[in-house]
Amino acid sequence: MVYAAMAMALVLIWRATRVVNFAQGAMAMFSTYVAVSVIDRGGDYWEALVVALAFGFVAGAVVERVLVRPVESKPPLNAVIVTLGLLILVESAAAMIWGDSVRSYPARFSQTGLKLGSQRVALSPFDLYIIGAVLVVMAGLVILFRATSLGLRMRASAFEPEVARLLGVRVGRMLTLGWALAAVVGSLGGILVAPKVFLDPNNMDDVLVYAFTAAIVGGLDSPVGALVGGVGMGLSLSYVGGYLGYSLETVGAFVILIVVLMVRPEGLFTTTTPRRV
Amino acid sequence: MNIRPNRSAWRLGAVVAVIGLVAAACGGSSSNSTNSTTANTSGTNTASAPGITATTITIGSHQPLTGPAAPGYSEIAPASNALFKYVNAHGGVDGRSINYIYEDDGYNPANTATVVRKLVLQDNVFAIFNGLGTPTHQAVLSFLQTEKVPDLFVASGCDCWDNPTQDPETFGFQTDYTIEGKVLASYEQAHYKGEKVGYLFQNDDFGQGGVKGFDQEIPSSDVVSRQSYDATAAGLANGLGNQVSAIKAAGAKVVMLDTIPVATALTLLAAAEIGYNPVWIVSSVGGDPPTLSGLLSSISKGKAGASLENGVISASYLPSFSDTANPWIALFKSIHDQYDASEPWDGNTVYGMAVAYTFVQTMKAAGRNPTRADVLKALETDGGSFTGPGLVPFGYSTSHHNGYVGEQMGVVENGAFNMSGPVYRTTDSSGTPVTTYSGTQPAPPTSF
Amino acid sequence: MLSAGFLRRPLVRHLVIAVVLVVVLFLVTGILSSYNNFQIALIASYVIAVAGLSLLTGLNGQISLGHGAFMAVGAYTTALLETHQHWPLALVLALSAVTAAAAGLVTGLGAARLRGPYLAGATLALAVGLPELTIKFTSTLGGESGLPVNPPPPVSFLGASFDPNRYLAWVSILCVAVTLVLLANLVTSRFGRDFRAVRDDEIAASLSGIRVAGNQVLAFVVSAACAGLGGAIYALATGIVNPAGFTLVLSIAILTGTVIGGLGTLAGAVWGGILLVYLPRWSESLSNGFKLNKVVSSNLSLGLYGVVLIVVILAFPAGLQGGVRQAGRALRSRFMSGPGSSGSTGAAAPAGVSTPVASGGGGETS
Repeated sequence: MVYAAMAMALVLIWRATRVVNFAQGAMAMFSTYVAVSVIDRGGDYWEALVVALAFGFVAGAVVERVLVRPVESKPPLNAVIVTLGLLILVESAAAMIWGDSVRSYPARFSQTGLKLGSQRVALSPFDLYIIGAVLVVMAGLVILFRATSLGLRMRASAFEPEVARLLGVRVGRMLTLGWALAAVVGSLGGILVAPKVFLDPNNMDDVLVYAFTAAIVGGLDSPVGALVGGVGMGLSLSYVGGYLGYSLETVGAFVILIVVLMVRPEGLFTTTTPRRV
Repeated sequence: MNIRPNRSAWRLGAVVAVIGLVAAACGGSSSNSTNSTTANTSGTNTASAPGITATTITIGSHQPLTGPAAPGYSEIAPASNALFKYVNAHGGVDGRSINYIYEDDGYNPANTATVVRKLVLQDNVFAIFNGLGTPTHQAVLSFLQTEKVPDLFVASGCDCWDNPTQDPETFGFQTDYTIEGKVLASYEQAHYKGEKVGYLFQNDDFGQGGVKGFDQEIPSSDVVSRQSYDATAAGLANGLGNQVSAIKAAGAKVVMLDTIPVATALTLLAAAEIGYNPVWIVSSVGGDPPTLSGLLSSISKGKAGASLENGVISASYLPSFSDTANPWIALFKSIHDQYDASEPWDGNTVYGMAVAYTFVQTMKAAGRNPTRADVLKALETDGGSFTGPGLVPFGYSTSHHNGYVGEQMGVVENGAFNMSGPVYRTTDSSGTPVTTYSGTQPAPPTSF
Repeated sequence: MLSAGFLRRPLVRHLVIAVVLVVVLFLVTGILSSYNNFQIALIASYVIAVAGLSLLTGLNGQISLGHGAFMAVGAYTTALLETHQHWPLALVLALSAVTAAAAGLVTGLGAARLRGPYLAGATLALAVGLPELTIKFTSTLGGESGLPVNPPPPVSFLGASFDPNRYLAWVSILCVAVTLVLLANLVTSRFGRDFRAVRDDEIAASLSGIRVAGNQVLAFVVSAACAGLGGAIYALATGIVNPAGFTLVLSIAILTGTVIGGLGTLAGAVWGGILLVYLPRWSESLSNGFKLNKVVSSNLSLGLYGVVLIVVILAFPAGLQGGVRQAGRALRSRFMSGPGSSGSTGAAAPAGVSTPVASGGGGETS
């Protein structure tokens, strides 16, 4: 679930702008620090959440306007380098502002496992809250892209900007909106996972690596794929760890990724046929 | 068609030349001033070695000031520097002030290799002091031997720094992971003999070294589960719930943890989630109470405070930062408040000051105008009898270069670490039993 | 007297220039400090790896986030052969490139099916996963602590007191020259043309008789071999191979160097290599100038690094080499009547070239 939220943010940016944002995790981390600041000043969990999501929205839009817009017409790798530069910048900025010690983040609901009979199981009310939030976001995204004209315009702007422009879509605005929305989803992901993985200026990198592979496994064009890929990634990590030892956890996860890609070169849930020559 | 190749060849040449020019422009100061190295014990200061002038001693270090290892560890070098500033303000070491240059390596061995070469070849430091990290410091180990640069008090508990024949320049500082493992395990045997034990360790030299120590003391029939996690990549991002569940399922009543603080916190969290309450015995690496309580306090929304880590058993070779009655801690705290106030006050701060104090002690033992060889000799002959903030002696001798040789047991209570248990000492080798140590800590010197 | 036509053949031309410059650089290393010579070796290792990636990504259109893994393959090969088997250095370097090429072959076979971000994802998996295997095979590969690598001892006729860093700089300059000459010839050959054709339009390329998949695999093999050689020098320079040195960070640094230097250009690879070594030091000394608390200033230096990456790519979309080319063009059009170039190493600017056709960012090779 942790990976699913971040994977969906990546998918969202990909669908809306055709850019893989390497700074996604760092931006989520930064928003989460903003939420921590709100809580430190006496705000409650929900106030912090709202402020952080609003911050994420604005930050996503600003990043798109200021940094990504100039490279949009350039080779795609230029955008990748810009997001890498942004990743470094945001992480160092967070360390300068909030220090580099590992912080905890409060969970809104109890993290004690539910009782199933006499045994406590590894599923707490907070886990249910995360699952619920991720499902709601996924449903929202599916509806946005499949059933609203806004979603259609966003997709059109990303895939066929020239055609979209001719049809009267304000492409620039759509791209900005896409980044802003993705940053909101990423921020939400950051706040959801922070109580479980703690918070320091670097730790969202690791989450992002897994989220990226989850998004790839699921197919970059599919929010459902991101969810399935994220959950599958979590499960496969556990199984690889359980059967082969935890030192092989990461290796195993990536072997799975490569196997999936060999069988389905564009992910499990992408419907477009792979281009073959 | 002939034009393109010509042009490209020319450019190829031009840019290859640029490498040299850039390097040349950035070069320059490489005057390797090797001064007279005759030992001088009279009352005047001379420039007795590279990095030592009549008025200064320049030393260098590589530290993770940014990147994944920075949390916590980035406090160490500023704390060391604070103690040096204090010493400098009080007359310095034989009238020389210590100039401490610590470079950021981001815990990346390639950066370590670069910054240490800069320190040695360009800044001409006298010694490398307290270089932090096992993989990072190993990147410069053989370089420092070749250049004959004293490599003092490596900030890592790997037993690999204790190798005087191959690495004569290198000295460890903290209790190595194997000795610590033996100490923790012998405490376990003394108090919970015959109980089922589970291990959870980081899958690297730290965790494996600790397990080596555990296994020397705990009968293997008692060990019901051995779980590890991977710290190199995103091994922690998924939590440690699976490992903790496996240990619980195996029925362990005591769990030995060789974990970094974040992993300790994740372990306690995962255990709380499934209602598992064994006895936790944690390596000093992962038992720092402020870090733990900082990480865990908000879990129960502040109500129960730091309840999760209460009762965790750990050990240390230095007095606890929370023991303000200890005169060393009182001194360090006052130095911290004066010179290092912007950094947190915790176990890392005490560590940084203690290792800096040991360096000052070493330089004093090496004579008024020491050469690099004098410093190594001073540690080998006198280092074993150094006393100071440490709770146990050092292992320094002509045949061993390991640091502290034991630890005192203690328990975490409400964000403090209360050390009241026995003080143990031992060595790495499996034949040496763990014994109690009864030496006492001297009062800190009144003048430096 | 050689005929002008002979000199103008690409291979001969590249060789002559390379030899002259290698000799000049060998002499330059004598006036540099030992530390600068070490930095030259480090730059060289990056230049070679970046050049390889530049070929793959810039010329053949395949992205790789996994070149750090190929460097690891080369570096570990060097550690095992040079330090433990005491094989001759030249053979070790060659074999390091060969093993990395073999790894590249396997990866390339898989990669030929993948495009864009999916290829990035798969190579990213390689970058993260491969170094971890060293922990699984601790007995041979040294696990977390890795293997030490002895710096190559200078050949005996140089004398025992010869600075090993200077010798290493010589070795690595030679490797850079050999690699760049070979790559320069490759890109001007039929293969280079095919690489570009595949990058620009796979379908058109296959229609004109190019075996697209085979071509892509070949690019991967060559590219990985370069990374392996770069990794070998990296290992010799840093004196250690361990998994912490070959993380995703390294792969990303190589990609950054490639794009910032100028994608698809060999000259850009040199800029990229220099940048990867010097930019962190520059940003550090700059931020040290602010006299801040050391931890803040370290992060500031990291932040400046990020800012420079963004600014360079916004200002020079075709990388530094693109910027250099622009500046050169502007100068040339300004001093149209003056002599084309300073007379360095006898390479006068080719007559009649005022505006080279440089359409399509990153397409030009040099």
